[in-house]
Amino acid sequence: MSPQAVSWLQVSPLAVVLVVLFALPTVLFLVVSFFDYDRTGIYPAFIFDNYRDLLTTPATIRVYVSSLRFAVIVWAITLVLGFFLAHFLIFHVRSGVTRAVLFVLCAIPFLTSGIIRTIAWIPFLGRNGAFNQILIKLNVIAHPLDFLLFSDFAVILTYVHLFTLLMVGPIANAMSKIDPALLEAARDAGASRFRTMVEVIIPLSKTGIALGSLLVFTQVMGDYFVVKTMSGGQSASIVSALSTEIQAMQYPPASANAMVLVIFVAIMVAGMMRVVDVRKELAS
Amino acid sequence: MPANTAQDETTLGDTTRGIKSRKRNRGLSRRNLLRGAGAAAGLVGLKGFPTVWAQNIKDVTLLHAGPPVSAIQQIADQATKDLGFTVKMQLVQSADMLNRLLSQSSAMDVADISIPYLKYLVGRNVLQAVPVSKYKYWSQTIPLFTKGEYPDGRKVSLQGTAPYSVQYATGPDGQKFADGPSEWLTGIPTFTNADTLGIRPDLTGRPITSWADLISPDFKGKAALQDNPAIGVIDVAMAVEARGDLKYANKGNMTRDEIDKTVALMMDIKKSGQFRSFWASFDQSVNLMASGEVVIQSMWSPAVTAVRTRGIPCTFQPLKEGYRGWGYLLAPMQHVSDLKLDCFYEYMNWYMSGFPGAVIAREGYYSPVPETTKKFLTQAEWDYWYDGKPAATDITDPFGKLMEKAGRSRDGGAFWERMGNIAVWNAVMDEDRYLTRRWNEFITS
Repeated sequence: MSPQAVSWLQVSPLAVVLVVLFALPTVLFLVVSFFDYDRTGIYPAFIFDNYRDLLTTPATIRVYVSSLRFAVIVWAITLVLGFFLAHFLIFHVRSGVTRAVLFVLCAIPFLTSGIIRTIAWIPFLGRNGAFNQILIKLNVIAHPLDFLLFSDFAVILTYVHLFTLLMVGPIANAMSKIDPALLEAARDAGASRFRTMVEVIIPLSKTGIALGSLLVFTQVMGDYFVVKTMSGGQSASIVSALSTEIQAMQYPPASANAMVLVIFVAIMVAGMMRVVDVRKELAS
Repeated sequence: MPANTAQDETTLGDTTRGIKSRKRNRGLSRRNLLRGAGAAAGLVGLKGFPTVWAQNIKDVTLLHAGPPVSAIQQIADQATKDLGFTVKMQLVQSADMLNRLLSQSSAMDVADISIPYLKYLVGRNVLQAVPVSKYKYWSQTIPLFTKGEYPDGRKVSLQGTAPYSVQYATGPDGQKFADGPSEWLTGIPTFTNADTLGIRPDLTGRPITSWADLISPDFKGKAALQDNPAIGVIDVAMAVEARGDLKYANKGNMTRDEIDKTVALMMDIKKSGQFRSFWASFDQSVNLMASGEVVIQSMWSPAVTAVRTRGIPCTFQPLKEGYRGWGYLLAPMQHVSDLKLDCFYEYMNWYMSGFPGAVIAREGYYSPVPETTKKFLTQAEWDYWYDGKPAATDITDPFGKLMEKAGRSRDGGAFWERMGNIAVWNAVMDEDRYLTRRWNEFITS
């Protein structure tokens, strides 16, 4: 077999998966998004009404702003948390065994479903929940704090809980590839710990940071369940608006909505890729 | 005769609590009802009951798709046992159900559908009509469905998708609604109920008498709505109309202008912090109420009892403006024909002969043919569920779980006290496309 054929063979499984499960459905959505529809049916057509309705509704801007806001806040928090957790695991924990144990501890929550980990917050944060009761018993507060549940706070808290590990993993992976000799060299050259961090560790962890950011960002933008559950349905995400349309059998506008979301996220991701060339970094 | 004549009461007693003891006291034997064929058919004096004697009947399988309320295995097992052909139950809900009906209707034989969905289905070659002559219990069906009236002759509200308004078809294909009674039914009504607000009487601090209380500032941050455009908007419309903000010609079929005004009001109310949450599932509504996050919300009857079985006070509060009614019906798919169609008719008549009605009664829903259901309930169950009297014994759900302790009466009272005061029906509005869009705006505001 020629080397070329071997290469083709090697990429074919992934290519098939991507074409069948991603490219074809996306093309289908694109086509349907121009269709006409009524209460029960969709009709082949080429109209821009679905996009016009979508882009002229104030709700669209609101859900995008709201999702983007959640994404940025969660990204910032998980980045700081993730970076320092990874830093601790890689540079402070000396024993390999301890490190492995700590990593497993980080990963254990992932053995249960995200849905359960989300719902578990509800009895804890509720008006008569565990946390409020503790605070009242300790005489810290006189009345239960309502903002803890069914609020933006609850949504962000849950996201951070769910997604921090997505940040820790890639960053720790990148950090573990840093040659300890580099750090010694920096110290020998008189760099403070802060300078070492800024000038050696951060630049060398850039790939991990970019990958982690990508994971967190796309997760939040595509989320439906956490926003709906933890805001008590008070905030909507892009996907929950889409879901309401699907429930009402309005497939063409839902498709248009999905296309706009795909394009939007693609642009955001492309922007991130410009900052860090993940491919180049991974290759090195 | 169907192969199942040997079936005795003991096997039935396994599945249905208390039937045995009750049956002995009744003049009319259940067997006569179930075996509505041959001599028995003459006995109960009904004509036109299909006689499906073909040998191959046992090879027939009817696939019945319905919501969790009624797609209960117990019912399918009993039907299979009583009828001599196989009935299979499949659980499909709301949008999924509609989707399946419209896109792959040949994958099921019997549809168990929310009545307003008929607006989506009739005229689309999905269902076929049921001839009145094939249905044994039409004359015993409550006039709410047959004539659009209460038994005392008052007209039933036609706001929303009133069952009567979509009950009759113009012909056997069932592709058009008839204006008034005809020889063809779009389906046979199977269960119905009257919904209202659920409250926590221990936490509201005052009596609740009106839908307006849902949006009263007294319950700021302690109210919830169902996250569903059709039902959520109607509940709010009940509230704003009760408060005197708006007057509707038909709350269940609003004009664009009415939708705009309602949604604008809803956004104001939401902005004021009235709503603690919007719920999408049964469990969510139960938990919101049980945890005290919410003290007043739109709710389903079994959810209220579910809160109560945890020892937490919860009332399905009757309100002066009336109830929001709803119902389901059973209809054969268009592709069902010949022997299978005969089997469907037999199944449908069996379905309304009492056993399923009793199972569903224990969830808190009513059968449109209460008389047959009565035969399958114990006296205590009948008194509690239908007559609004205090329960003589503990009341259990279809699976034997305790629903209500002896001595308690049903909220809202007897059958006609509840079903006799329907203000609006669950609906699919003509402007539902626009409504969905505006609902999304409300939720995101």
